Amino acid sequence: MRTEDLLGALVADGGVLPTPLGRGLLVALIGGTVATAALFAVAVGPRPDVVEAARTVRFLVKFVECAALAIAAFVLVARLVRPGADRGFGPAALIAVAALLAGAVVVELVVVPSTEWGRRLVGANWMHCLGLIPLLSIAPFAALMLAARHGATTSPHLTGAVVGLVSAGIGAFFYAANCTDDSPLFVATWYTLATALVAGIGAAVGGRVLRW
Amino acid sequence: MPVRSGGEAREATWTVWMRSAIGGDQAAYRRLLEALTPVLRQAALRGFARAGAGTGDVEDVVQETLLAIHLKRHTWDTSQPLMPWVVTIARNKLIDQLRRRGRRTDLPVDDFAEILPAPAERDPTEASDIDRLLGGLGERQRDIVRSIAVEDRSISATAARLEMSEGAVRVALHRGLKALAALYRREP
Repeated sequence: MRTEDLLGALVADGGVLPTPLGRGLLVALIGGTVATAALFAVAVGPRPDVVEAARTVRFLVKFVECAALAIAAFVLVARLVRPGADRGFGPAALIAVAALLAGAVVVELVVVPSTEWGRRLVGANWMHCLGLIPLLSIAPFAALMLAARHGATTSPHLTGAVVGLVSAGIGAFFYAANCTDDSPLFVATWYTLATALVAGIGAAVGGRVLRW
Repeated sequence: MPVRSGGEAREATWTVWMRSAIGGDQAAYRRLLEALTPVLRQAALRGFARAGAGTGDVEDVVQETLLAIHLKRHTWDTSQPLMPWVVTIARNKLIDQLRRRGRRTDLPVDDFAEILPAPAERDPTEASDIDRLLGGLGERQRDIVRSIAVEDRSISATAARLEMSEGAVRVALHRGLKALAALYRREP
């Protein structure tokens, strides 16, 4: 087939435009979040003392951190799926999220006596945390990976990992309402570990499915 | 208006054409693809030469790149200039093809503004990747892609010949092109 011939076929197919990329990602983000919310409501549920907990700063900071992670990573995914686009403030926003978490850890180390550190770090629910965050990440992970396939990333592994970060941020946001460990020492250890697990899976999956 | 070099003015025109094409202007789309083809060819020739690969398969890169530009055109941000997007896709496809040929892949790709079009196309009787890959399509899809591309029929003429609706031909053409892109990817 001559290149000229191919052009004819491309022009003939040019009348129908695919769904805009940004819209597909947004639908995936919203759909994935709603599905996770439903799964959480049905299968997990909030901790019994959630009303009292909501008056404590430590509890609330967990939601800020998880939401910030999901949003910053989503902004970066939206850039990564466009060839030649610069990465914008996505990387800086992710660093800010990490800094927020590190800041919370420092404050905790200052206000809590060192004899308490170990107990707060290990907490009561680390196995739950490592299981439930990935479980609650599945829906946004699948939806966003599918939407990212519609794009054209030049770094499939990286984009897959960042899709994992968005999903883990969403999963952890809901899990945080169930989790009774509110110390930043616990969050920085176990939430981070669960997030790294999902990001690692994202990198492996992205390397396979995000090629185009 | 700032003064522009020839290359920049040309690229600004292409950006306008792609915007029109995305708005549904098929004539602008054809103009754009026809203008891009010789430039992509020259860039591929240079890339192959630099990697020490023979230039016999350059047209395969050009065709795969055009296919990717077409299928991924919704990933271009219409508020941005077109060429950085095109260059990124071209570089990616060049690297893919060189990798398949076992060549080194750390290639810079020139700024296309400096590139002059390369007109030469290979002997049309020579078998190309795309002809071989067409064999991997379903019979109906292959028939439709050939009818429109090689035999130069319109969608309506193809629909009449195959006794299908125009909508069904459009869908099959689009799926066929997507399947071709996927087959390129699966090449060893």
